[in-house]
Amino acid sequence: MWRYVLPVIGFLVLAGFFFVGLGRDPAALPSPLIGKAVPAFTLPSVEDPERMVSSDAYRGRMWVLNIWGTWCPECYYEHPVLMEIARRGDVPIVGLDWKDQREPAQEWLKKLGNPYHANAYDEDGRVGIDWGAYGAPETFLIGADGIVLHKHIGQITLEIWERDFEPHIQAAKKDHAPGRTS
Amino acid sequence: MRRLGLLLACLSFTTLALALDAERDFTDPELQQRYETLAQELRCPKCQNNTIADSNAPIAADLRRALRDQLGAGRTDEEILKFMTDRYGDFVLYRPPFDARTWLLWLAPGLLLLAGLISAAIVIARKARAPIPEDTDTGTDIA
Repeated sequence: MWRYVLPVIGFLVLAGFFFVGLGRDPAALPSPLIGKAVPAFTLPSVEDPERMVSSDAYRGRMWVLNIWGTWCPECYYEHPVLMEIARRGDVPIVGLDWKDQREPAQEWLKKLGNPYHANAYDEDGRVGIDWGAYGAPETFLIGADGIVLHKHIGQITLEIWERDFEPHIQAAKKDHAPGRTS
Repeated sequence: MRRLGLLLACLSFTTLALALDAERDFTDPELQQRYETLAQELRCPKCQNNTIADSNAPIAADLRRALRDQLGAGRTDEEILKFMTDRYGDFVLYRPPFDARTWLLWLAPGLLLLAGLISAAIVIARKARAPIPEDTDTGTDIA
């Protein structure tokens, strides 16, 4: 009896592994930045090279970093979602224009709209490496204490925003409700 | 046989070609050697089965440049690998570390081979113990 049952069990175990494993995205690397302090940066802005954009400016409130580029098709597709997130006004979106060129980037923002509170211009990609960027778009949620809370690799949708980012935002709002000490 | 030996000798030189960078090599041969070795130890995060040494992806070029910067700044090999894993995680190491999460990954091929050999041994042992059947004429006669 066992000689018939064992292969079936073996098959089921393998099938189980495949079911879980193949459902995962092999290109999505878990970020070692989660739970660590935000990689600090100061870069010139996309719009105005004289103006600096710094991660320090966002200490004390929750914010989002969106790594994008005009060369990135998924960034184009997620742009309307960023506009909607900006419209909702819960958290400022800071852009990191990664390995891009200023003029196309400015054109992009003019044509599609600008959801960014500020947009840092990372021409040679050095800051991107500090964030562990390897394929735009990548979107990070950073807490008011400067700790990275979440990273999403790939195009962001409203569903993903509401499922993965909003809970942190709502939790932070509760902590700051009057009557509580933060 | 000599041609085969020559062919094998030629093929064995393919891994030394590392001409992806436009920058000149380090003048210090030790730094250049460390650069080449470490470039083979780091995985390209985008084209994930290549090292940064043999990937054309822009991110691989960026990481090679970061590697050169770190070597130029006098970092040790451990510090450089930590720099990379701090940003990209363990996955950026071409050889995954052997720890509580990856032991099955490392041992699985050996364990499967062992399981296969044991099964084969059991089957062979059983067959050896079974009596040899009498040569009864069960075939059709073609006469």
